[in-house]
Amino acid sequence: MTPRPATNSFGRALASHAILIAYTVIALFPVLVIVVNSFKQRNAIFRSPLSLPNSETFSLVGYETVMAQGDFLHYFQNSLVVTVASLFFVLLFGAMAAFALSEYRFRGNSLMGLYLALGIMIPIRLGTVAILQLMVAGGLVNTLTALILVYTAQGLPLAVFILSEFMKQVSDDLKNAGRIDGLSEYTIFFRLVLPLVRPAMATVAVFTMIPIWNDLWFPLILAPAEETKTVTLGAQVFIGQFVTNWNAVLSALSLAILPVLVLYIIFSRQLIAGITAGAVK
Amino acid sequence: MGSLELRNVRKSFGSVDVLRGINLEVADGEFVVFVGPSGCGKSTLLRIIAGLEHATEGSLIIGGRDVSAVPPAKRGIAMVFQTYALYPHLNVRDNMGLGLKQAGMPKADIAARVKTAAAMLSLDALLERRPAELSGGQRQRVAIGRAIVREPDLFLFDEPLSNLDAALRVQTRLEIARLHDEIGTTMVYVTHDQVEAMTLADRIVVLHGGVIQQVGSPMELYNDPANIFVAGFIGSPKMNFIEGSVVGRDGVHTLGVRPEHITLDSEGGDIEGRVTHVEHLGADTNIYLDCAAVGLLVVRGFGEQLVEPGSRQYARFDTERTFAFSADGSRAGV
Ligand SMILES: Nc1ncnc2c1ncn2[C@@H]1O[C@H](COP(=O)(O)OP(=O)(O)OP(=O)(O)O)[C@@H](O)[C@H]1O
Ligand SMILES: [Mg+2]
Repeated sequence: MTPRPATNSFGRALASHAILIAYTVIALFPVLVIVVNSFKQRNAIFRSPLSLPNSETFSLVGYETVMAQGDFLHYFQNSLVVTVASLFFVLLFGAMAAFALSEYRFRGNSLMGLYLALGIMIPIRLGTVAILQLMVAGGLVNTLTALILVYTAQGLPLAVFILSEFMKQVSDDLKNAGRIDGLSEYTIFFRLVLPLVRPAMATVAVFTMIPIWNDLWFPLILAPAEETKTVTLGAQVFIGQFVTNWNAVLSALSLAILPVLVLYIIFSRQLIAGITAGAVK
Repeated sequence: MGSLELRNVRKSFGSVDVLRGINLEVADGEFVVFVGPSGCGKSTLLRIIAGLEHATEGSLIIGGRDVSAVPPAKRGIAMVFQTYALYPHLNVRDNMGLGLKQAGMPKADIAARVKTAAAMLSLDALLERRPAELSGGQRQRVAIGRAIVREPDLFLFDEPLSNLDAALRVQTRLEIARLHDEIGTTMVYVTHDQVEAMTLADRIVVLHGGVIQQVGSPMELYNDPANIFVAGFIGSPKMNFIEGSVVGRDGVHTLGVRPEHITLDSEGGDIEGRVTHVEHLGADTNIYLDCAAVGLLVVRGFGEQLVEPGSRQYARFDTERTFAFSADGSRAGV
C-alpha cells in the first residue's frame, strides 16, 4: 500500500488510531443502541436504554409485532426495488452523461456540466409540489415508478460530477486504440472505460443508495398506499400520536439496516479504492 | 498502396491554430519521421491521419483514396501509442486479435496472424499474460504486435519509445528499423528525440508552430538546413549562433556553426574566449567557451581533449561549414 516515512510512526499511529476509534464509536453508537434495544422488553428499553439484554429483559416481541402487522416483507421488497432500480439508472445514465462530458468536445460542454452538477447544491425537495403535480398528471401517484424517477433525478448530479472527474483520467490512448480497432463508442464505454472507473462507481453507488433507502419524504407524498409503502414509511405505523410501539419501531429499523449493509459490503472494497484514488497514485 | 498525401491540412482548437496548412506526400514504403518541439502539433497531425481528430480544413489521401470522412478502423492504418494503450482486461493474444475480431475475420486466420506477429517480436511465451503482468518493453512490443497483426497499409507511431529506459529504447528502435526492412510498409513516426529521427527516417519532417519547416533526408537537414530553426533543432549539442558583425561578416545577420566544426587554438582564431566548463563524454568532449562578444560557444572535440577550465583559447571556425542566416531566419547566400 502507501509507502510511509519510517520516522516516529508509533506515536502517530497511536494518535490517529485513537481519533479513528473515537469517531467509529460516535458514529456507531446510535445504531448499536437501536439494535440492542430492539431485543429488549419495553420496560427495559426505558429503564436502562444502554444495557445489553439479559435473560430477564430479552424479548423478541418487537420483531413478532413487525412480522405480524402489516406486510413488512412486502415493504422490504418495495424498498429494495426502488433502491436497486434507482441505483441502476443513476449509475447508467450518470456514467453515460459523464462519459459524454469528459470525452466529447461540443458547444456548451462546460455549461452543460455545470447545469448537471447544479443539482448537488439545490435540494430536490424544493420541487416537491411541482413533482407531485407532475406525478398526478402522469397518473404515477402511488406507483414505485414515481419514486424511481424522482430518486434517479436526485442521484444524477453527484454521479455525473464524480464520474466525469474520474473519466477524464482514463487514458485517451486507450480509447483511441479501441477506435482504431473498430470498437463502437458503446463498446469503448462499457468494456474499456467503465471497468477502469469501477471504484468511482462504487463510491457513487454508496452515496446514492443510502439517502434513497432512508428517505421518508417522497414515499409519504408520492406513494403512501399500502402496496407501495417502503420500509421507512412502513415503520411509521408504529409511531402513533399518543402511543408509540418502540419495540416494533426499533425492530423495524434494525431490520431495515440489513439490506443496505449487504449492499454496502458488496461495494465497500471498491469504495475504499475510490476514496483514496486521488491520494494514492 | 500505402502512400499518404496531406493537402493543406489545417486544425484549430477554438481560436488556437495548431496546424496551419500542412502539405506533404509520403511514398509507399517510406519511413517518415515528424520532429519538432513540444506542442508544435506533431501528435495532432498524426491523430488527424489516424482519423481520431477531424481536420478543420484540407484533405487526406491514403493509398490514393480520400479518407477524410472514413472512420479510423477503415483507413487501413495501425497505431502505436506512447502509453502502450493495451486493453487491461484482455491477455496478449486477445489484445492483438481484437481488431481483427471486430472486422469479422475467421478465428483460425486471426490465430495464424497473431502467431506470426508473436514470433516476429518474440512474444510467444507471453501470449496468455495480461498487460499488468508485463514489463514496459514487453508491453510496447505487444502494442507493436497489435499493429502488425492488422497488416495495415500505414503504420503510425506516436513517441513509442519515450516511456522506455535508455537501453530498451535503443533496442526497440532497432527492432522497429528491422520491422520496417522486413515488411516494408509505410511508416509515419512522431518523436521529439532527434537521435530516433536521424537513425530511423528515410525523410524527416520538421514541424514548428504548426508549419512544416523543412522536409528532407537526415543528412540533408544536417548539411543544408533551410532556416535557423531547423539548423538549431537538428544536431546535438545545438548549433552556435553568432551575430555576423562580431566575426567580421557584415553582410550576414546571424552566422551558424556546429560545435563539431569549431577547433580550439591557443595561438589565434576567429574569436577569443575563456573555457568555463569541460564535459568529458568519452568518445568526445564538449567544451564551453565564454566569449565576451557573443556569449557561450559550445565546441565539440573528438576523443579526450586536454583543455584546462579557465584557460584562454581561440575558436577557429571551419569556414566551409558555416551557415549564414538573414534577419527573418531564412538561409542567406554565404
Ligand atoms: N483537445 C485539445 N484542445 C485544445 N488544444 C489542444 C488539444 N489537443 C492539443 N491541443 C494543443 O495543440 C497543440 C499541439 O498539440 P500536440 O499534442 O499535437 O503537440 P505535440 O507536438 O505532440 O507535443 P508533444 O511533443 O509534447 O507531444 C498544443 O499547443 C496543445 O495545447
Ligand atoms: Mg505528442
